[in-house]
Amino acid sequence: MEEDIEKIQEETKRWNKDCMGKHTFRKVETDWGMEIKPLYTVDDTKDINYLEEIGFPGEYPFTRAPHPSMYLGKLWTMRQYSGYGTADETNKRYKYLLEQGQTGLSVAFDLPTQIGYDSDHPLSQGEVGKVGVAVDSLADMETIFNGLPLDKLSTSMTINAPAAILLAMYLAVAEKQGIGPEKLNGTIQNDILKEYTVRGTYIFPVGPSLRLITDIFEYCSKHVPKWNTINIAGYHMREAGATAVQEIAFTFADAIEYVNAGIKAGLRVDDFAPRISWIFNTHNNFFEEIAKYRAARRLWAKIMKERFGASDPRSWMFRFHTQTAGSALTAQQPLNNVVRVAFQTLAAILGGAQSLASCSFDEALALPTEESVRLSLRTQQIIAHEIGVTDTVDPMGGSFYIESLTKKMEEKITDYIERIDELGGAAVAIEKGYIQQEIQESAYRYQKEVESGGKVVVGMNSYQVEEPLPKGLLKVDTEVGAIQIKKLKELKTDRDNQKVQSTLLALRKTAEGYANLMPPIIEAVKAYATLGETCDVLREVFGEYEGTSVI
Amino acid sequence: MNQDRRIRVLVAKPGLDGHDRGAKVIARALRDSGMEVIYTGIRQTPEQIVDAALQEDVDTILLSILSGAHGFLFPRIMELLKKKGLGDILVLGGGIIPEDDVPELKKLGISEIFGPGMSSQTLINYIRESLSQV
Repeated sequence: MEEDIEKIQEETKRWNKDCMGKHTFRKVETDWGMEIKPLYTVDDTKDINYLEEIGFPGEYPFTRAPHPSMYLGKLWTMRQYSGYGTADETNKRYKYLLEQGQTGLSVAFDLPTQIGYDSDHPLSQGEVGKVGVAVDSLADMETIFNGLPLDKLSTSMTINAPAAILLAMYLAVAEKQGIGPEKLNGTIQNDILKEYTVRGTYIFPVGPSLRLITDIFEYCSKHVPKWNTINIAGYHMREAGATAVQEIAFTFADAIEYVNAGIKAGLRVDDFAPRISWIFNTHNNFFEEIAKYRAARRLWAKIMKERFGASDPRSWMFRFHTQTAGSALTAQQPLNNVVRVAFQTLAAILGGAQSLASCSFDEALALPTEESVRLSLRTQQIIAHEIGVTDTVDPMGGSFYIESLTKKMEEKITDYIERIDELGGAAVAIEKGYIQQEIQESAYRYQKEVESGGKVVVGMNSYQVEEPLPKGLLKVDTEVGAIQIKKLKELKTDRDNQKVQSTLLALRKTAEGYANLMPPIIEAVKAYATLGETCDVLREVFGEYEGTSVI
Repeated sequence: MNQDRRIRVLVAKPGLDGHDRGAKVIARALRDSGMEVIYTGIRQTPEQIVDAALQEDVDTILLSILSGAHGFLFPRIMELLKKKGLGDILVLGGGIIPEDDVPELKKLGISEIFGPGMSSQTLINYIRESLSQV
């Protein structure tokens, strides 16, 4: 074999010499500054130790897959990000998606819910039900999941600052369905650090926010053992402009901060690390995306084992959800997005996703219609059943280009993490604006490349056509705000207000002390304290995060 | 307007929407083109935006919104601007704003709405031309 490699190296040199002068080779560079070679051979992978660096599916360092059988055992969860208007409309959309073969739920909440304001708050005006479903109290959550058996479904909730409250409501809905918390499968995003950098739905300052997160870790490890207690997110950083390398690096830096917080709160790393999950953004560059996920699996396993000394193999496992890139969709010639979404979905599957949301073609213009979201779900189903990519585990493994790119990306991600370590960790790096600045630089560079025509975006900066105004877009009923306010008024008349006050007082006392916040939050939501009332108690005790912004 | 003075721009994010990639990229591009740019940051109320416009004595306000709350927030901002005597200021909108809503917004006095895919040069030219006519 060694002789073979020497021969191949010689022949590669010869081929380069023969061809480089004679033929035209376009120069190619990744967004993160690595030159891509015209040809990859065994020469590029000879330093990668197969047994140590690539290994086998389901075994450390998990480069090939987190599970031994992958899609041969179980397909990924098809989980479209969905929710709008009232709880009733959202419940109908979920039932429709499940009838169409979707296998998990993913709840999109409106902005007031994500920021802990009730629908009747002055700052909620105009926003109720717009980017997701409005939830003011347990009553809305009961309607969202009406007729949906929570012990047979897994539910992901994109909720961060008030994650503890929405989780408490979910537990309460399950209890009403007669389902114990130990039977529940699902995920809360619960990732506050990226809210400070790119997503913006923060409420509390860093310290109390980390306490809420570690309280959830602790509570769930005892009572809701199958729940993914955090879904650390690179998705939104990528949408904000980060490169693929920055996406993984900054997300891992955030993750390291959370693991440190858990350990500092007195938890054993193996008690909560197996419940860490992820969401990333699967973008346009096909092979880069596949390599990104392989690099992330390997690097996370190393971080958990070597840096944190985790000994449970489940702590080393990187299991991720991904959504295709919203920012890669164009408002121009929207049907072209069908093709983009299909390629991104394919990359996600070749990258080994556990759960996937594919965008709908009309999402650069509005929330998706039933028809467009169904087409997007069908895209996943075609990839799952018709084109053979699920017939073996990690079919891309061993490709000279993929393995070499995986290695390079792992190195670049590691460099960034080291830089953030030197700054004092993710929370400090965010406070200093370092992560925000790095992302903004990438976003601006990208924009300039698009505007100069250096990056071709089909239908937008090239191959344009005159087109009629788009038709048939989904419009959220403008009455949602009024409907929610009316429901709130009725709720406040019908509920036991004394009980609400006493549970909120108990929550306040706990917040002022050090005990776990989950039990009093659960009591308050069960008494139908509203989301806003519950958050207000915490705001009064914890204060609020002050956002800063530089350009 | 005074030719010696650099064009002063307020880039603002009204409402609860946290998506400010577009706002920041635009702010940067306008600054690189020689304008003075003030960025409000995210989650600003109409009152905060109008106060900033007044204090910073800007020539134009760029409102960026992707959450769909423009139907409430834009009219409120335009009403407050008029109240403060800033009714003549050049106001532009951008983000995810359905074409169907544009005529109503223009009636309020918003000069133009720019959607996804617009080049920053288009915006720079639009601002320069609009302000030179004043």
